[in-house]
Amino acid sequence: MYQEIILDHYRNPHGHGLREPFEAEVHHVNPTCGDEVTVRVHLSGGEGRDAKVEDLSYDALGCSISQAATSVAHDLLVGHTVGEAFETLDAYQAMVQGRGKVEPDEDVLEDAVAFAGVAAYPARVKCALLGWLAFKDAVAQARGPQAQAGGTHE
Amino acid sequence: MTVLAPTAGGSSGGATLDVAEIRADFPILSRTVRDGKPLVYLDSGATSQRPRQVLDAERHFLETSNAAVHRGAHALAEEATDAYESARERIAAFVGADIAEVVFTKNATEAINLVAYGMGNASVGEGVDPAAERFRLGPGDEVVTTEMEHHANLVPWQELCRRTGATLRWFSVTPDGRLDLENDPITERTRVVAFTHQSNVLGTVPPVEEIVRRARAVGAYTVLDACQSVPHAPVDLHALGVDFAAFSGHKMLGPSGIGVLYGRHELLEALPPFLTGGSMIEMVRMEGATYAPPPAKFEAGVPMTSQAIGLGAAVDYLSAIGMDAVKAHENELTGAALIKLQDLPGVSIVGPRTTEARGGAVAFTIEGIHPHDASQVLDDSGIAVRVGHHCAWPLHRAFGVQASIRASFHVYNTMEEVDALVAGVRRAQEFFGTVPE
Repeated sequence: MYQEIILDHYRNPHGHGLREPFEAEVHHVNPTCGDEVTVRVHLSGGEGRDAKVEDLSYDALGCSISQAATSVAHDLLVGHTVGEAFETLDAYQAMVQGRGKVEPDEDVLEDAVAFAGVAAYPARVKCALLGWLAFKDAVAQARGPQAQAGGTHE
Repeated sequence: MTVLAPTAGGSSGGATLDVAEIRADFPILSRTVRDGKPLVYLDSGATSQRPRQVLDAERHFLETSNAAVHRGAHALAEEATDAYESARERIAAFVGADIAEVVFTKNATEAINLVAYGMGNASVGEGVDPAAERFRLGPGDEVVTTEMEHHANLVPWQELCRRTGATLRWFSVTPDGRLDLENDPITERTRVVAFTHQSNVLGTVPPVEEIVRRARAVGAYTVLDACQSVPHAPVDLHALGVDFAAFSGHKMLGPSGIGVLYGRHELLEALPPFLTGGSMIEMVRMEGATYAPPPAKFEAGVPMTSQAIGLGAAVDYLSAIGMDAVKAHENELTGAALIKLQDLPGVSIVGPRTTEARGGAVAFTIEGIHPHDASQVLDDSGIAVRVGHHCAWPLHRAFGVQASIRASFHVYNTMEEVDALVAGVRRAQEFFGTVPE
């Protein structure tokens, strides 16, 4: 499960730290282990799915899987439209929750395919999703209450 | 598998046990996990494994005598009721209680909630039975607990205080993992003191007699969380003098789905019921009902029968080994684990560092490695430990750690398994590069 890519992101996380400007900030917790992540999103231009993810900044306390997964989310989601980011997120979520039965698309998921091994360890799936679902929640909040897209805010 | 060499046994009078023989009773311990690795099960603090004798007792009961207990007059109903009540009698004797002082519950969490809700029911509304007035709580009253409690002995008291307007106070924990008895929150306003007999994280065994003495001096009721003590050491609840105590079946080689509430008989008679319905009544009219005497008053509905029979068998199994021998064995494993883990650079024990007034839960952290990551490496070697906050989040906060790794022992664990744990921790450190290979 611990591919070198994961350990690299864990040791040198990309995009770490909380930055301005941002439209929404969320704090998610994994209640089984106490891992925490704070995620801010900065969106620009466009409406709805056409808005662009200008920044995903974060501060995280947690295991290598949750830290590295959030770092990879930063790499894959920033610079894309919300629509594209959610497609990537859906593909990522399907892979890590797929109990090994979902073949990941390397073109979409890039470095995130390293987390395919997490699917074999159901107890760690929440770790791999913590930062990603926080991003989803933050985007929903940034777009206002009527656009709430779900997510597990705790 | 190794036969444990006879030991001096200390105050237990030379009690020894044959671990290889014991392990043969636990089929699950001989399985492999994660590509053929022998299972090293060090998570008995979460749930223990069950010997064949327990599984056989449940099966035998279900194949020969299964019926709803305390209702019906046919042959099976009689046999089932006898088996159920016989289990209660043996379980009561195991913890030094009278038979009518043992209430079967779903688990220990429900047992503690039963007391908290019983007190809550005595505190609200009109027409409360005068006998229950002694449990009435309101603004100005205080409930005392401790910072080292499992959430099961904390959240029910938070909720009781919220419902009644009483105030929650607590004993803090010292940096070496003991209760801070110097800063005593027990006052004339204290009505309940709820505390653990052995911390499920630190292993700490608080001085029960001293806390009971202080509670009694102000007329407060004591509620003991005995989940981590009854499975691992001789416990005599009458001798301890607590008013209520709770423990669970699945941590003492018995089934899940059954727990025990102990209450002094006089108190169980006065405490209002928690769950109501069938079985717990004396007389029912459309306008209202009167209740059966305890323990039936607290066992509404058809109870968990084969689980009670299984727990009775678990108590027989532990009694045959002898709880002094169980305690001595686990003490030896705990002592070795404490010494060997502390020998590793970067490993810190969360809790007392010696076996003095301490049981067999060993929580620790590894510098530079998140507990989840450490447990993943251990798991890949077949070693099962618990990671997280172990349902004791405030305690972890008090120690300034987010989570910890906990190894916990039972009678079937061996010294080789302690060594496997230590080697696994070392491997995790090498893998994550926190020590030179």
